[in-house]
Amino acid sequence: MSRISQVLNHAKSQGRKALVTYIVNGDPYPAATLPTMHKLVEQGVDIIELGVPFSDPMAEGPVIQQGHERALAHHVSLKSTLEVAREFRKTNNHTPLVLMGYANPVERFGYEAFAKAAAEAGIDGLLTVDLPPEEVAVLKEALDASGLDNIFLLAPTTTVERARKIASHASGFLYYVSLKGVTGAGHLDVTAVKAKLDEFGQLTDLPVCVGFGIKDPATAKAIAALADGVVVGSVLVEKMGSMADQSQEKIAQAVGDIVGGIRRALDDC
Amino acid sequence: MAQTGEETVSENKQSSTIDYSAFPNAEGHFGPYGGRFVSETLIYALDELNAIYSRLKDDPDFQAEFDKDLAHYVGRPSPLYFAERWTRELGGAQIYLKREDLNHTGAHKVNNTIGQALLAKFTGKGRVIAETGAGQHGVATATVAARLGLKCRVYMGADDVKRQSLNVYRMKLLGAEVFPVTSGSRTLKDAMNEAMRDWATNVDDTFYIIGTVAGPHPYPQLVRDFQAVIGREARAQCLAQAGKLPDALVACVGGGSNAIGLFHPFLTDESVSMYGVEAGGLGIETGKHAAPLNKGVPGVLHGNRTYLMEDENGQIIETHSVSAGLDYPGVGPEHSWLKDIGRVKYVPINDDEALAAFRKVTRTEGIMPALESSHALAYVEKLAPTMSKDQIIIANLSGRGDKDILTVAGIDGITV
Ligand SMILES: Cc1ncc(COP(=O)(O)O)c(C=O)c1O
Repeated sequence: MSRISQVLNHAKSQGRKALVTYIVNGDPYPAATLPTMHKLVEQGVDIIELGVPFSDPMAEGPVIQQGHERALAHHVSLKSTLEVAREFRKTNNHTPLVLMGYANPVERFGYEAFAKAAAEAGIDGLLTVDLPPEEVAVLKEALDASGLDNIFLLAPTTTVERARKIASHASGFLYYVSLKGVTGAGHLDVTAVKAKLDEFGQLTDLPVCVGFGIKDPATAKAIAALADGVVVGSVLVEKMGSMADQSQEKIAQAVGDIVGGIRRALDDC
Repeated sequence: MAQTGEETVSENKQSSTIDYSAFPNAEGHFGPYGGRFVSETLIYALDELNAIYSRLKDDPDFQAEFDKDLAHYVGRPSPLYFAERWTRELGGAQIYLKREDLNHTGAHKVNNTIGQALLAKFTGKGRVIAETGAGQHGVATATVAARLGLKCRVYMGADDVKRQSLNVYRMKLLGAEVFPVTSGSRTLKDAMNEAMRDWATNVDDTFYIIGTVAGPHPYPQLVRDFQAVIGREARAQCLAQAGKLPDALVACVGGGSNAIGLFHPFLTDESVSMYGVEAGGLGIETGKHAAPLNKGVPGVLHGNRTYLMEDENGQIIETHSVSAGLDYPGVGPEHSWLKDIGRVKYVPINDDEALAAFRKVTRTEGIMPALESSHALAYVEKLAPTMSKDQIIIANLSGRGDKDILTVAGIDGITV
């Protein structure tokens, strides 16, 4: 069983909601990433999604776009992201790492070479925003061969029939995008999320995590009641971006504080 | 089955020819290119668009409405003009210009926006969005939106807003909102990112009118089909006026819509050579250009797999061209495929060569071409003298140059 499945199953068996957090590797500067990752774990994060910066992040709102731009200004790449994972694994062997990004850097790296290098670096899964199941076959073969989970998005516009098909390709967990729009959008509607998740019903045995637009403990708690876990990103990236001129310790602490608040809210679900 | 020798020969020939109408396939692929590389939210909208287009594309009523608009609103057919003086000067092949500059709004772009606006009408969506580089597609979208009473927002790179200020004001006069995009390289590719984000957010009530043969399936197909009127007309006009098919076709390639529009109806005419002209910028050896088919590698951007300009880490790199409409790091997937199979040759033309052709054709023929089209014309300057006087070149004069007057004046050091 993959590290992702183990962690999520364990959380479920304990009646705990999973907390998944997204930060951009190398944002606001490369040295800030590792200490922030460790701080996230310390504050009760179950899975870390590490954003791989891309020049054209089509599904991101302005906050995360700027995170990508800040990281790219430091020449952060897919290759250097794997280095960060390797460093992280030197002292943490239990927290799953998911790379989240866009197809082109992975394609440039080479699907098979990437899957091997990622598994070696201690990466557990990949979420490629712009690779729907119809286009993922070749990459998926490589991921499977290296034992990496392939995580897919489900959206408010996804039909039940399509959701079943996506679920049949997925492993690790299913990521439900809580709103029509980009990351960091401000129009999350808890009732609509509930209605759509009810409509999907039980698609597979895979846990479902919900993200996009979750910015505070109260919303996290409300959404967590509907799913196995929540994903929090923009609010962290916004904080990190605002601290570009501060030390990595201060950045890690500030992000840890936000995450700690969300963790506590989830724990009294 | 008994076969005569003659039948076997023709059968062999047939099996070596490609049925171009079978591309893209159902998944939107042209060989390894094209497809649908978008986030999940947009899949539903693409499925919906594909269903509507599949139903309407062979519907005689829809085609009749499209043809009627092209005739009475756009002013088609556009002339195929024999550029006699320029031909004499170059001393080689006879040069014919397909006059897309004479269309309403001044470029080929309107052929496509008329078609997509008809599709938008069938979806019942009350808002359209578009991305634009030179502003020609933005103007063409704002125009059809005004005519149909649709709300319209046009995304345009902040740098392009500056260099195409005339078109920006035209769009505003037409009632569209022009949204300057300040992310990334602040040009066409970033405008397209932003339009995709808007679409994902407002997918229920918004129709995205993509301006070229790029983007996720079915856009490369439907934009091509709408633009193919250029080649259908040119083919019939050439047969009527010159009594034979042309020997060569030349068109500029930004995303590739005017080029595929001219080329597609000729693809099975094996005697017709085709040249797609990319923006060589300051020279393709300098890295400052917009010529992915000459200097790029296959990758994934804006919903399709195609040749791209990118660095060794797969990041899309900034492009350069004197013409905003060619300043794009990707290209329509069908062109990538046509390059690989060798049916079309793709060549670069530099900024200074395009500017020289702009001046030359303006002075020689009294026709002021767009800087985009001037790239095609600059290649004609090279190609025509290598051909014989009984041969024919058709160049696509994709748009008129009025929008570029301030750019050219700036290069001349003149403030208008
Ligand atoms: C006059 C003209 N020609 C050509 C182009 C390039 O687009 P495409 O390659 O899709 O024809 C543009 C784009 O703005 C244009 O305005």
